[in-house]
Amino acid sequence: MGASDRDHQHQTVPPDISLRVKSLESLLVEKGLVDPAALDALVDTYENKVGPRNGARIVARAWTDAAYKAHLLADASAAIAELGFLGSQGEHMVALENTAAVHNIVVCTLCSCYPWPVLGLPPVWYKSSAYRSRAVIDPRGVLREFGLDLPGDVELRVWDSTAELRYLVLPERPAGTAHMDEEALADLVTRNSMIGVEKIAAPRPGAQP
Amino acid sequence: MNGVHDMGGMHGMGPVEPEIDEPVFHQAWEGRVFVLTRAIGAWRKWNIDNGRFHIEQIPPAEYLRISYYEKWFTRLVELLIETGMVSRDEVDSGVPAAGSEKLTPALRVAGVPALVLNRNIASSQDPSIPPQFAIGQRVRARNLNPEGHTRLPRYARGRTGVIHLDHGVYDFPDTNAHGLGPKRQHVYAVRFAARELWGEQAPPRDCVHLDLWDDYLEPA
Repeated sequence: MGASDRDHQHQTVPPDISLRVKSLESLLVEKGLVDPAALDALVDTYENKVGPRNGARIVARAWTDAAYKAHLLADASAAIAELGFLGSQGEHMVALENTAAVHNIVVCTLCSCYPWPVLGLPPVWYKSSAYRSRAVIDPRGVLREFGLDLPGDVELRVWDSTAELRYLVLPERPAGTAHMDEEALADLVTRNSMIGVEKIAAPRPGAQP
Repeated sequence: MNGVHDMGGMHGMGPVEPEIDEPVFHQAWEGRVFVLTRAIGAWRKWNIDNGRFHIEQIPPAEYLRISYYEKWFTRLVELLIETGMVSRDEVDSGVPAAGSEKLTPALRVAGVPALVLNRNIASSQDPSIPPQFAIGQRVRARNLNPEGHTRLPRYARGRTGVIHLDHGVYDFPDTNAHGLGPKRQHVYAVRFAARELWGEQAPPRDCVHLDLWDDYLEPA
């Protein structure tokens, strides 16, 4: 591409996306289609109230309460509703238990389906072409990019979220956590472990929980 | 449609690049696109399957080039225009057409918690709609190539698997996206051996589950 082409391309680029979004929002407010205060409340909700801390509380409860774990694995929607974390894009939930013998990972190859009420909005990598294309054909290679080299004798199960079911991985409880209470355990649980792309590391000996 | 969005099993998309301490929205406009879409959704002028089909219709080169929330913005504009909520002239000018009526927003602050917490998708329980397949049954994903919306990925078509879970009854995307009714039917988690999908290169015990509707399946 020559310099003049680049100049031409630059001139035809539409206005900056942030300006186009501002312009659309102002139009929709003026027409009475949206309420700006409700928009602000929604941003606040998804930035500050809905996120992987919700999922971590579910995991920590399952680690410390065998009856709750059994309920979660048998009827995840009901068990998650008990903690108040059922909602939009997490209406119908399935929980998948990772063990020493079986490892589950979750993807949406067709778009970006993700359990919003328990994990928040999906990270960029989860929505990327790289993850969506490779998680089903080369899941072990993808896991290695997250630092997890899964032994060959572990059965790997991939879940492609092609319908309205949303999946939450119940990661393995790490060794060395027998003394920890539910709240301290929840602090160990990472978002990526609940998608199945990493394991939770054992807490360092002597570290304050 | 056999679009670029259906990318399961494609090569050449590069490494997965996780970001440390990633913010929910990288720029303020991304958050505004997200919440505008949710707030406009409260008018119930379209359903989730219409919405997904609009993203799929973004031309392939554009689909791969633009960011996630740019796709959402494109979809929002097209759906607003298609449903007559705004005109293209209004989008271009950013101001309502002269004499247009000012409406009352469908979503107010008081309605936000319910929007976030509501189970917006209809119940999956409906005893009047029987399942066509039983848990443990061998099934083949049909070789369907509709030009419209579908949730049957190419990589599973023609492949044989086993019904693993019956999730209950859901709207059928292939009709629901196109105003042809919900055609509710059972959805199953179908387990496919990785080797059935990808051949001998795949580890022998690994598997991939897809959630598939009755109409995507036939007995095997």
